[in-house]
Amino acid sequence: MATASIPTVERENYLNKHYGVGSWLFTTDHKRIALLYLLSITFFFFIGGFFALLIRLELLTPAGDLVQADSYNKLFTMHGMVMVFFFLIPSIPAVLGNFLVPLMIGAKDLAFPKINLLSWYLYIIGGVMMLHCMLTGGVDTGWTFYVPFSTAFSNTKVVEAGLAIFVAGFSSILTGLNFVVTIHRLRAPGMSWSRLPLFIWAHYATSIIQLLGTPVIAITLVLVAAERALHLGIFDPKLGGDPLLFQHLFWFYSHPAVYIMILPSMGIISEIIACFSRKRIFGYSFVAFSSIAIAVFGFLVWAHHMFVAGISVYAALVFSLLSYLVAVPSAVKVFNWTATMYKGSIYYDAPMLYAFGFLGLFTVGGLTGLFLAALGIDVHVTDTYFVIAHFHYIMVGGAVMGYLGGMHFWWPKISGRLYPEGWAKLAALIVFIGFNLTFFPQFILGYIGMPRRYYQYPPEFQVLNVLSTAGATILGVGYLLPMVYFLWSMRYGKPAPDNPWNAAGLEWRTASPPPTFNFDEEPVVTWEAYNYDELNRFPVKEETPVAR
Amino acid sequence: MPDSQLTAAHNPALLHHFAEPQQQRDAASLGTWVFLGTEIMFFGGLFCTYLVYRRGYFGDWGAASKTLDVTLGATNTAVLICSSLTVVLAVWAAQTGRRRLLIGNLLATLVLGTAFLGIKGIEYKEKFEKHHVPGASFQFNNVMIPGHPDQYANPSHAEIFFALYFVMTGLHALHMIVGIGIFIWLTVMAWKGRFTPEYNTPVEMGGLYWHFVDIIWIYLFPLLYLIDRHP
Amino acid sequence: MFDNFPLWPQRASTMAGNVDALYIFLLMVSGLMTLLISVCVVFFAAKFRHRPGVQAEPIEGSTPLELTWSIIPMGVFLVIFFWGAVVFFQERTPPRDATEVYVVAKQWMWKLEHAEGQREINELHVPVGRDVKMIMTSQDAIHSFYVPAFRIKQDVLPGRYTVAWFRATKPGTYHLFCAEYCGTQHSGMIGSVVVMEPAQYEVWMSGGSTGPLSASGEKVFAELGCATCHRPDGQGRGPNLQGLFGKTVQLEDGRTVTADENYIRESILDPGAKVLKGFKPVMPTFQGIVSEEQLNALVAYVKSLSSTRPGNAMAAGSTSPPAKASAQRSQVQ
Repeated sequence: MATASIPTVERENYLNKHYGVGSWLFTTDHKRIALLYLLSITFFFFIGGFFALLIRLELLTPAGDLVQADSYNKLFTMHGMVMVFFFLIPSIPAVLGNFLVPLMIGAKDLAFPKINLLSWYLYIIGGVMMLHCMLTGGVDTGWTFYVPFSTAFSNTKVVEAGLAIFVAGFSSILTGLNFVVTIHRLRAPGMSWSRLPLFIWAHYATSIIQLLGTPVIAITLVLVAAERALHLGIFDPKLGGDPLLFQHLFWFYSHPAVYIMILPSMGIISEIIACFSRKRIFGYSFVAFSSIAIAVFGFLVWAHHMFVAGISVYAALVFSLLSYLVAVPSAVKVFNWTATMYKGSIYYDAPMLYAFGFLGLFTVGGLTGLFLAALGIDVHVTDTYFVIAHFHYIMVGGAVMGYLGGMHFWWPKISGRLYPEGWAKLAALIVFIGFNLTFFPQFILGYIGMPRRYYQYPPEFQVLNVLSTAGATILGVGYLLPMVYFLWSMRYGKPAPDNPWNAAGLEWRTASPPPTFNFDEEPVVTWEAYNYDELNRFPVKEETPVAR
Repeated sequence: MPDSQLTAAHNPALLHHFAEPQQQRDAASLGTWVFLGTEIMFFGGLFCTYLVYRRGYFGDWGAASKTLDVTLGATNTAVLICSSLTVVLAVWAAQTGRRRLLIGNLLATLVLGTAFLGIKGIEYKEKFEKHHVPGASFQFNNVMIPGHPDQYANPSHAEIFFALYFVMTGLHALHMIVGIGIFIWLTVMAWKGRFTPEYNTPVEMGGLYWHFVDIIWIYLFPLLYLIDRHP
Repeated sequence: MFDNFPLWPQRASTMAGNVDALYIFLLMVSGLMTLLISVCVVFFAAKFRHRPGVQAEPIEGSTPLELTWSIIPMGVFLVIFFWGAVVFFQERTPPRDATEVYVVAKQWMWKLEHAEGQREINELHVPVGRDVKMIMTSQDAIHSFYVPAFRIKQDVLPGRYTVAWFRATKPGTYHLFCAEYCGTQHSGMIGSVVVMEPAQYEVWMSGGSTGPLSASGEKVFAELGCATCHRPDGQGRGPNLQGLFGKTVQLEDGRTVTADENYIRESILDPGAKVLKGFKPVMPTFQGIVSEEQLNALVAYVKSLSSTRPGNAMAAGSTSPPAKASAQRSQVQ
């Protein structure tokens, strides 16, 4: 189906099939659950963002004058915990993954719809626990919970925060479980592994990490909580324990966690670049297997967070070498995406602008990872703003850009409405500029020696901090805009045709928004993924209301 | 193909999003195995921690481990292995439509599982009485290191052993309790006649879970009770 | 102009240049790569912008290209890895005969004690051109000793020693930061390293000192009654400590360890952990009885018992790479 169809009467779809709060809170429809997640993670995004704003405001001046030291320590801790565990980890899989995985493979739902709903409730319970913790005193250990500070010296609600994350972790595990089983068992007839969209490959790899990694941090947090509550000595050197053991256990999950945060975004970028270059992703198999390689190798590099922590030189060598290995598949993906544009037919719609932004920012973020993996350099820049800049380039410049690009790309499918393209392009530009202004100075700040988690600093660091804060305000505006115009579009946006982008993928072969059971008839797939050569033969008619 | 479609249309247990019962069964099976994989990682963190300290504090931990009752531990091991047998029999009974045998074996499993927890409770009580529970009232003075008659174990290091002992066996017991809950539900379903040779997936999956919990104990027992044990 | 707005940290140690060289190389490689990707993206986006009647060309891929752009980056990465590893070895290998400074970090200050005995709080005076090795431990949480101008950083852990070293090349005052979050005043745990001309340093040194650290250690050794069992004539119940430091020794249980700072420290706090072969585990523990400063003094004293012995090849072990110190740690692993 390549021509856009004009909806005249509003067809029955997953949004209008049932009304009432109960029909949402007890739904097992993966699309509704995706929207429940969308609301929740957006809420937490703004909470984490609010903390970031306060942090940047404090850092405008060298003195600690906006908030007290303890409050600042809570701010950066809770910014990290909320952003990592309650925004970045769930965001793409739980929103776009939940919505699209069944559609993309031609299934009616995920394998375990009730477990899907359970995962949302677990997320909410963890979120409520986290909110309660934050409102009744907060936690100040840093999102990394290092011992013995968190077990023996912090006077804040460490146990509660740890348990909140523990609960949210099970939400993540169940999402991963659902995706793995769904992708294995619920593919439509003809949808072989080599015909799967790269978005699916990315989510499959992500799910493996979620399944194998999250339980380790779960048990680690249990041990920290037990130690703190019962004064055990597992990690306390005064009682014979080992603080480095905590770091190994913590990073064994938390390094693969960063791949949970970036892989889904890479999946989105593949879809967007293919569609807006009007051709198949260059090197499909290489991109697909790179996702798996990243997931596997990602489990082997955790101690690169510990080069100066007291591990031996020889251990450091091993982890440094492995860290360079894991960089290769990511580089390969960037090259493949760029090569896809070669001899393409490129459109500059908002999703593609986000993809361009991703390519640049993820490249910088990934390259700065090479700096950190270099032992000799890491000694100088670890625990400084260099690291902060590095991971924000990947998490925000990479993951969030991909997330926003995906939200724009699939918004017509999800809501049945078109977002206003002009505003979307503007927002993309503002985000790109704001982001670079916020985080590029931080690379310099790190190399000249500003440590992280500092709320007061020597005066010579001020100019760069001011630039960074200025950028943050611009970035904030860039994030607020889509909130406004997405909401606006739900009422006033042009109704979307089934396939406004003339994109490949089964999700575009059903209505926008889709019916509750996704397809009127079970699809039977007889074509390869990214069949743009076929789609291009039937260009969209100009008078039909399409997104561009 | 037509036959299974007929079956699909008439099978009340077939969920709407599956095309046919075999697909549903395969999904449940893969899902259970994947879930058990996550459980291995969950316990794995504890096992790693345990092994690190066992190696580092070999003498002190030998002394601590010696205070565990190996007879009770071995009995529990036998109890669980028997319960795995009753589970296997229950699954077979479900698959061959033997309702009575199914219910009987499910109940036997429940009895054995409860017995396990009871014996564990006795062990915990004994540990409490001997002040081996980590915390304010922990005591471990003047306990000899096995094989080193002139050396006493370091109480702080021994306390770490008991901390991990309680966390590991406690987590395992928690999983047993969940397992018992699952089997109570299975027994009720079996009583109501819900399981047939065509549809017995919950019994099979419940059985997988129970076997897994059993296997965790099979690792816990030698690690906690048997290493460095002298007569 | 850039005094208030530095874009590059000062170089004040022998390692700084090495670290900067690798950094600049990485900047060039990254800059090149970023430029390459950006130019390609912009160029392709412009050149292949959609035009009516022009179709995208369906290109499947190219295995030779994939191999090329996998292998070449891998090669570049390996170069960076090796270079980084070489610099790291240098950073982690204190030279022999480095002057030792004992550092005790606590919330939220740095306490330093020179081997010659001077004590400082939040300041470290050193002469230009001398190798300085810091033997560090924490009284409470994990801290991290960071001097950007020297390009050194090392986490400071409770319960064991970690080591860092530098040789200052330029007189001046340089920031000392705590780089591992440690609570309320983490960002207040700032000090300075004051690098002086040798002559000035001598002047500074001569004013106010309680004598060498090893002498304080000898006093503590006597006060706590260590001499009763650790007799220099070897007749005591404990091992003779003369010449012990830095040697590889065999333990009762068959293991072999190096008698380094961490070993001495552990033997004082947890004597039963690594008993020397031929001795009984009768030494009482001094955990809770001896402070970190006293521990440092005792370690310095035990070291001094080895420094005058000839053929002290093993004493080089006292300045063995902290890697060894970490490997033979008092804790587990």
